[in-house]
Amino acid sequence: MPNDSSAQEVVLRLNGITKRFGNLTANDSVDVTLHRGEVIALLGENGAGKTTLMNILFGHYTADEGTVEVFGQVLPAGATGAALRAGVGMVHQHFTLANNLTVLENILLGTSSLWSLGRGRQKAQSRVMKLAEEFGLAVDPSAKTGQLSVGERQRVEILKALYRDARILILDEPTAVLTPQEADALFETLRRAVDQGLSVIFISHKLQEVMAISDRVLVLRHGKLVGETRTDETTPHALAELMVGEEITQPVPSEAKPGAVLLSLRGVSAHPPGHRTGLRNVDLDLRAGQIMGLAGVSGNGQGALADLLSGEARPESGEMWLGQEKAPPWSPRASLAARIGRIPEDRHSTGSVADFSLTENAILESYRNPGISRAGWMRWAAAQAFAQKVIARYDVRCPGPDTRIRLLSGGNMQKLILGRVLESDPEIILANQPVRGLDIGAVTYVQERLIAARDAGAAILLISEDLDEIMGLADVIRVMSDGRLSPEFPRGTITPAELGRWMAGEGFERAA
Amino acid sequence: MEIFEILFSASFWAAAVRIASPLIFATMGELICERAGVLNLGIEGIMVAGAFAGWMAVYAGTGLWAGVFIAMLAGMLFGLLHATLTVPFGLSQHVVGLGITLLATSAAYYAYRLALPEVSSPPRITPFQPLEVPILSKIPVLGQALFNQTPLTYLAFVIVGLTAFVLYRTPLGLALRAAGENPSAVEAQGLSVTALRMGAVIIGSGLMAVGGAFLTMSAFDSFFFEMVNGRGWICIALVVFGAWRPGKALLGALLFAAFDALQIRLQQTGLGALVPYQIFLMIPYILSILALILMSRRAEVPAALMIPYNRGER
Amino acid sequence: MRLEPISNPSLARSVGFPAVALGLSIVMVSFLVLLAGANPFATLGLILKGAAGSKFAALETLNRATPLIFTGLAVAVAFRAKLWNIGAEAQLYIGALVTVLFGTSALGLPGPQPLILVGFASMLGGALMLLGPVILKTRFGVDEVVTTLLLNFIVLLFISLLLEGPLKDPMGMGWPKSPRLDAEARLPRIVEGLRLHWGFALALICAVVVWVIETRTTLGYEIRAVGQNPTAARFAGIPVNLVLLKTAFLSGGLAALAGFSEVAGLKGSLTLDLSPGFGYTGIVVAMLALLHPLGVVLSAIFVAGVFVGADGMSRAASVPTYIADLLLATALLFMVLAILLTRFRIVRG
Repeated sequence: MPNDSSAQEVVLRLNGITKRFGNLTANDSVDVTLHRGEVIALLGENGAGKTTLMNILFGHYTADEGTVEVFGQVLPAGATGAALRAGVGMVHQHFTLANNLTVLENILLGTSSLWSLGRGRQKAQSRVMKLAEEFGLAVDPSAKTGQLSVGERQRVEILKALYRDARILILDEPTAVLTPQEADALFETLRRAVDQGLSVIFISHKLQEVMAISDRVLVLRHGKLVGETRTDETTPHALAELMVGEEITQPVPSEAKPGAVLLSLRGVSAHPPGHRTGLRNVDLDLRAGQIMGLAGVSGNGQGALADLLSGEARPESGEMWLGQEKAPPWSPRASLAARIGRIPEDRHSTGSVADFSLTENAILESYRNPGISRAGWMRWAAAQAFAQKVIARYDVRCPGPDTRIRLLSGGNMQKLILGRVLESDPEIILANQPVRGLDIGAVTYVQERLIAARDAGAAILLISEDLDEIMGLADVIRVMSDGRLSPEFPRGTITPAELGRWMAGEGFERAA
Repeated sequence: MEIFEILFSASFWAAAVRIASPLIFATMGELICERAGVLNLGIEGIMVAGAFAGWMAVYAGTGLWAGVFIAMLAGMLFGLLHATLTVPFGLSQHVVGLGITLLATSAAYYAYRLALPEVSSPPRITPFQPLEVPILSKIPVLGQALFNQTPLTYLAFVIVGLTAFVLYRTPLGLALRAAGENPSAVEAQGLSVTALRMGAVIIGSGLMAVGGAFLTMSAFDSFFFEMVNGRGWICIALVVFGAWRPGKALLGALLFAAFDALQIRLQQTGLGALVPYQIFLMIPYILSILALILMSRRAEVPAALMIPYNRGER
Repeated sequence: MRLEPISNPSLARSVGFPAVALGLSIVMVSFLVLLAGANPFATLGLILKGAAGSKFAALETLNRATPLIFTGLAVAVAFRAKLWNIGAEAQLYIGALVTVLFGTSALGLPGPQPLILVGFASMLGGALMLLGPVILKTRFGVDEVVTTLLLNFIVLLFISLLLEGPLKDPMGMGWPKSPRLDAEARLPRIVEGLRLHWGFALALICAVVVWVIETRTTLGYEIRAVGQNPTAARFAGIPVNLVLLKTAFLSGGLAALAGFSEVAGLKGSLTLDLSPGFGYTGIVVAMLALLHPLGVVLSAIFVAGVFVGADGMSRAASVPTYIADLLLATALLFMVLAILLTRFRIVRG
């Protein structure tokens, strides 16, 4: 929807925002201008400073330098709620909804004085219904938020902002959790909003979306604004280079030489706690020397499958085979004993112990091996030697093996976990979002290592929400939707659009 | 059967309501804290401090209601300390709570010894007297149980209604419930989690102290050591039993007090001659543990309970 | 305000803040002493003298420290695994009870048994005592803080019941008191003529053993992993519930040894006032020691000194002995804050 935005009134202006955390400059004199009825995209890698900038806008952080101006008014620094009252609404990537409250309650939260009696729910409810209709955000106001789907929750988040008469909408990675169809509906909502004179900041790292929805693109790198351009005057490739500051080369694996089936599931169902969707009658074969890419919108059963392979969950029905043998009684320990290497989705909460040293983290899965301990006694010298080997071989940048892992960057933390997994010489590797949140250098490194492990004969299951990553790395692709698995598609036999339809749940009935 | 005679006597139910009263105050106090996301293990000590402060004030010459107010202030003071350490600083709610219990208890004992160094038997005050509600108190059994109590007991029931009203009918209650479930939801709407949680802990601690003051100013007429005797811990169990809802917690407190009143009466019966009295005294504690086990699977724990909130955490 | 982690806290910071915390608690308590109309310096002097001013005083302090080392270790080892054992008091009494059951011939039980057997039996008793709450925690998710606290009251009533019933000493002149242990079930003194029994030495040995377990064994590694991040521990194949049970066994056993040592080493029989809250004070001891097993020894001696000194002081001055509890409570709260500040700094915005 390109229009000549510069003629319009300026609704938001960030002037020379600078924010330092210790030695790190998270934002370096960033200027942003937003006009009425305009959609701008804020593009940048993880850690480029997008989140910090938004935290400053909303008063969660105080900027070291610079000011925030909304509709010509300078907001007081560090005053949470000032931006909100001035008419800025934010849709967070991690929803800020209380699951024990209803949709209406979540929308009303904080909208009237805490000391008032808060009457007029009827009126509020009809206003919410009216807004929902106007912007195409269908949702039941009396439903408990905890029972809503991810897409519905996002609609509630947008309604929250609209209910407060927000004139500026900021959306942080809004499509990460949506199916392609839900994303289209979201874009439709945004178009309606812009038609009514609202302005939108769209934070993303997905280039296609940025090209489709925005009028103007701003690119952040290492806290600095490195590019600003009209969307119709640029290309995805140019934006990508601006974003990472170098020519991007995704590693391209050579032709795979698939070997024997190392792990297979036959009609497995499981509903481990903590996941919205379980596994429904899943058949799966992982072959030596092959990367299987598992695509899908997050929360469609990938977590349950990962839990199953890592031993945290057991099959409720169906069979699990390791090569020619039936799997033993299943547990994390049994999974490790079956030589399954596991790269968990969340390296902070699941993959490492924050206050443990690198040594202690390196041996987390192997401390019972004879090399590291004997008859219940730790051999710390051996443990440290092992950690040093991992640090050296996997390029973990750190002061030394005694450093607490919480002090490492995400990339170095992930390299240590990767090293811990690969050094155990696994036959099967479960790589769950292995490069999420890493900078481009670490991404390439991790991907190359996985390809090398495949070439050495490992069977790899790569779970990712990033279609580009799946299409680039996987030898065969399967799609997960609502706990079901699509058929296998060899590399190059399926287009992103077709994958999108499977992700939306189409085709399963026919296949079944 | 003696047990049926007991169950149908007005004095038994009156005693049950009396025993429940301090528990109701303290349970509501703890419930408010936990709804906002803070476990307050200072409850036991804060009850001791309230019991002492209220009683001491009256002994020193203030009126009874002024005594209740002073007890509440004492509780709020310890609540402020608890809240400061656990909310903005995010320190372990277990350790701080136990520390507050130790501090409040020893402060009360120290002050008691300081104020009354020489006494051997604890001095008495004139406590709250029962206030008979006309007409209603004439209802058989229930009338005497519910409508011939001291004003503090009536206040306890009012507090339950008020807590429920605020939690479920006002914007403040909405914000409190959200703060205990997902603090970032509160912060995203421009409210301060820190202020909400600190306020909840301070108010809740005030209520706990009034619960303690009930012991010295309504149930009994003097202060003595060990008088709270684990009631605070029982209240924590009652909050779980009540699934973090004021009405259910009230029912739990009444049920619990009824068992307590029953065991006291059973000690006087033929059964009491056979069974050692310690067994009867154990019943409240055992019931609390059973209540915890029973409710553990069903209860809807506030999701952010015991999790400190760090604004804009990176 | 916001808390910002410090990557490399300076030595001044990591020693300075705890020192300031201790100093501040002494200042606070001095004000309370002033309130009592006494001179703070004189009072502190009297406490110091009462705790360590003579050989008798110093030995009394070490005797008082003995059960505190055991309960302090019990708490420290449990808190490492984030197992909130507030029931050391109950475990102590169970340990004392088992010691009496196996240590006297007056009850008609097959006692007295060899001392070492009695010790192990009491440990087993205390361990089993904590197993219940831990199973409730792992099976049903029942918070162990409340269950262990409530069990303290139940166990004390149970002991009272026994002391007024089957365990009552017929020679006790009506007091609720158990029969005395036989001579061979008593812990001897370390040096003849000095009033300090082998329980103290046993406590020191236990501190070293716990330290070795925590730093040198796979169990210690597992305990620390489970305490710091149970999710990651479970993922890495550490059997979290089993580790919690083992920790409970260790913790309950150590607390029970406090009862064993008090009965077999000091009192000779079981009474209802065997412990003036050693179990609860163990929490303060452990926290002041930052959960370090060897630190527990020092902190137990410090805490015992405060109590013994305050007893001596209150006989001479007009300050109630509860000043000791006040000092420890303030020290505990200041200390947890100080430890936080060694690792984080407060920043604005």
